[in-house]
Amino acid sequence: MAPLNRKLLRDLWQIKGQAAAIALVIAAGITMFIMYLSTFESLRRTQQAYYERYRFAEVFASLKRAPVRIEDRIAEIPGVARVETRVVVNVTLDIPDLAEPAVGRLISIPERRRAVLNDLALLRGRWLEPGRSDEVLVSEGFAEARELGPGDTVTAVINGRRRDLEIVGIALTPEYVYAIRPGELIADDGRFGIFWMGRKALANAFDMDGGFNDVALMLMPGASEDEVIDRLDHLLTPYGGLGAIPRALQTSHWYLDSELSQLQGSGLIVPSIFLAVAAFLLNVVLTRIVSVQREQIAALKALGYSNREIGFHYTQWSLSISLLGGVVGTLGGAWLGSQLITMYNQYFRFPFLDYRLSTEVVLGALAFSIFAAVVGASSAVRRAVKLPPAEAMRPEPPGNYRESWVERAGFRQLLSQPARMVLRNVQRRPVRSLTSVVGIAFAAAMMVVGLFFIDAIEELVFMQFHVAQRQDVTVTFVEPASAAADYELRRLPGVIDSEPMRSIPVRLRAGHRSRQAAIQGLPDGARLQRVVNVSMKPVGLPPEGLVLSSKLAEVLGVGRGDTLVLEVLEGARPVRQAVVADLVEEYMGTSAYMEIGALRRLMREGRNLSGASLQVDAAFLDPLYERLKALPAVAGVAVKSAAVETFRKQMDDSIGIMIFFNVFFASIIAFGVVYNAARISLSERSRELASLRVLGFTRAEISFILLGELAVVTLIAIPVGFVLGYGLSALVTTAFDNELYRFPLIVSAETYGRSALVVLVAAVFSGLVVRRRLDHLDLVEVLKTKE
Amino acid sequence: MQYTLESASSSGPPPRPGSREPVFRALGVTKVYHMGEVDVHALRGVDLDLHDSEFTVLLGPSGSGKSTLLNILGGLDVPTGGQVFYRGGELTAADERELTQYRRHHVGFVFQFYNLIPSLTARENVALVTEIAPDPLTPEEALGLVNLGERMDHFPSQLSGGEQQRVAIARAIAKRPDVLLCDEPTGALDIATGIVVLEAIERVNNELGTTTAVITHNAAIADMADRVVSLADGKIAEVRNNDHKIGAHELSW
Repeated sequence: MAPLNRKLLRDLWQIKGQAAAIALVIAAGITMFIMYLSTFESLRRTQQAYYERYRFAEVFASLKRAPVRIEDRIAEIPGVARVETRVVVNVTLDIPDLAEPAVGRLISIPERRRAVLNDLALLRGRWLEPGRSDEVLVSEGFAEARELGPGDTVTAVINGRRRDLEIVGIALTPEYVYAIRPGELIADDGRFGIFWMGRKALANAFDMDGGFNDVALMLMPGASEDEVIDRLDHLLTPYGGLGAIPRALQTSHWYLDSELSQLQGSGLIVPSIFLAVAAFLLNVVLTRIVSVQREQIAALKALGYSNREIGFHYTQWSLSISLLGGVVGTLGGAWLGSQLITMYNQYFRFPFLDYRLSTEVVLGALAFSIFAAVVGASSAVRRAVKLPPAEAMRPEPPGNYRESWVERAGFRQLLSQPARMVLRNVQRRPVRSLTSVVGIAFAAAMMVVGLFFIDAIEELVFMQFHVAQRQDVTVTFVEPASAAADYELRRLPGVIDSEPMRSIPVRLRAGHRSRQAAIQGLPDGARLQRVVNVSMKPVGLPPEGLVLSSKLAEVLGVGRGDTLVLEVLEGARPVRQAVVADLVEEYMGTSAYMEIGALRRLMREGRNLSGASLQVDAAFLDPLYERLKALPAVAGVAVKSAAVETFRKQMDDSIGIMIFFNVFFASIIAFGVVYNAARISLSERSRELASLRVLGFTRAEISFILLGELAVVTLIAIPVGFVLGYGLSALVTTAFDNELYRFPLIVSAETYGRSALVVLVAAVFSGLVVRRRLDHLDLVEVLKTKE
Repeated sequence: MQYTLESASSSGPPPRPGSREPVFRALGVTKVYHMGEVDVHALRGVDLDLHDSEFTVLLGPSGSGKSTLLNILGGLDVPTGGQVFYRGGELTAADERELTQYRRHHVGFVFQFYNLIPSLTARENVALVTEIAPDPLTPEEALGLVNLGERMDHFPSQLSGGEQQRVAIARAIAKRPDVLLCDEPTGALDIATGIVVLEAIERVNNELGTTTAVITHNAAIADMADRVVSLADGKIAEVRNNDHKIGAHELSW
């Protein structure tokens, strides 16, 4: 081995503690890089293969009812490659061990062939037997959650009649990778089941014989999606078409895609922060090393080593540390990635899902580590290269000290000699002190960001489920009901209060932009389902006009006072206009509201309602659910407590893991930065401190000089970290700003407190390590060395 | 690639009539350091020739500019004014890369504080040079020349000052340099150890014929030189040839 490489290995061994701390920070960043990106890639690859193999459609449309002959007309639309018409209906399920009703979605499949589009993957059991009208296949998620398998039966309420469906197989489809109940924010496998039934049997049960109410298309390569959608909508309008949507807006696909882009974003943003901190640490350590080794550098230059060789030697320091971290991080990330994907498979259902760590991701991690190493090393290496050998032969002149501004401000008499040394040290190297402050502040900031998620989720839950939704149960009807239904609901067992709700599916148009949405008509001054803005203030609904969530307004590109065209997608499908009266800042969804009376006037209808919010006496829940399950008019029953529970569970599972990693790795950063700062100071000061010991200073006194500096830097860094953490949290909220939800930028006092605590513990721990070294300071040895 | 300074300069100084071509020729060399707010004139116009295989001692008190002169001759530093020639090539016209090649192939340095790499053993410190030199001695041969064959695998911290300095000499001569430049090689050593170190330098000068320049403030050492150049206040005060030079072992101070 070349002598310079030996030198490298032995020198690195000398600073193994610091090297390990930095390698750990890099390992943390690379772990997350590998974990998130390999999971992203594996999911993306699986998604593509799944979509292709099972022919996931590209355009989807629902309608009231069209005769089957329309299928040929659809196939004739230019650009359409394949058409699959279906019957799709939602029913109420009566599950024995579930008090409240669950929702089942029945989807027709051809009885004697495989579906042309949105084909099924049969996981267990067998296909349907043609002619057997009671056989169904059930989605894996529901089957697992409800512990159902082939041979079991489920009771569905079809047109008011209970009907037993026999499960013969468990299946999956690319259409429901993420199976979410309409109108919910988060999937709940146990309360939403997908069932596939023979086309004939399903059509018979729902008066769809010779007709269909759902169609899926595959397009020819190069066909214009928008054009096909326009023509399809035109064709289906007379048949109650609800507006076709492209794959991009298909619910399951949309959720999967946003999850994927979130994974990808996390895999790039968070590791970047870690590697930036690591680069900073490498810079500090290497600058110190170059300064300690200035005479060695001079000797090497005198021996004829070129600047390139010396530069490369010191770059190798940083590369070794970084690659060590990179390798550890790659192994850790691969392992965690394989765990993470198992977790994803609980929410996103694929018939096959292999975790694969691609060479590209590994090379990316490698490149990332090398980049951090080179950036971190650059200024120190430049310093080593520029060091004039003749000058470096001489020991460094004494540092250029001045009185600190605290002293000059007239406090000199109040400060002991050691305290003056602490202040002058901090002030003498403002850049060094500043970088230490920034490094420690970063650690505090990472903690703040990690813990901020908890605050944000708490805020979301509180807002959504306590301030906005004060009802216990939300009932939705199959068809809009008359005012009498409200009265009926009030008479159900346990109902304390009921508030009507009118929901009208529309396509909102503003110029060339459009969005499908449901306008929610709510009473002004609602007691149960309220419209609440981000500052938790209930928003009044004006007597006329729309109130849009600001996200929806942003999507449509409209503001207060603008007029929207409302293409109503139910009943007689009138086209109306409405003015945007107000905007409301909300965390979840893209909602449009209207005062219920105004909405009814706009629709020119009576006191219709689409559903109601109920406040219920908890003691009467079981009989209430029993009655609701039996009501044919009821399409869905949402129970708030169950929704809260599901929401929390899924947040705990997915974001919880992220929080854990962020906090865990932020602690690594905190220790890494503080420990390094302490060790560097020790290395710079040991001679000076040993001299003081010789003069008769006690260990405690010299520890004060060194650790006092660390304390000053840490105490300045913590509030800086708070500010930085708040900024990073704001950055993160923009990454989570999608149509589904926005993250509130709320950082609680607890979060600040906990972050400060972790940094302080890291500082105290590092202080103790350094203190132990100070106690063992070999006075003679230190004074003998030249530096 | 062996670099020769001849290629760097086309116009050497006119050879002095009747004298051998010198290894080094310094003409009107000045050096000014800017130390904070003051300028330090380390060299104030030095003219000097050093000849092949000659053992020269540069004598002077601290601050006389002798280290600066040595560093300039060794290509570690560049003068503020004047010219320096090495075997007819102009060092003062060479760029950083050329100076590196010059040091790498022609110059052996010995420093007052040894400047060994503490994390490398004696053998490895010498190997630092043998790795990059075109026709080196082996580290074992070089250490043998300074009588350190027994302690080759010791780290600098396990060696005495004199031993460390002999490792430094072995490291300097391992490349078979054309010139050996020693900056206060005995400055940090006691007399007995100092003599052992000087014997090693003397042996290299005798056996390998290496042109040698030793800086010292210790006038006693001057007795072992062929020629003694005294510096004071950045100028050459006196140059004298030693008609009766003595062996290092006979020195005392």
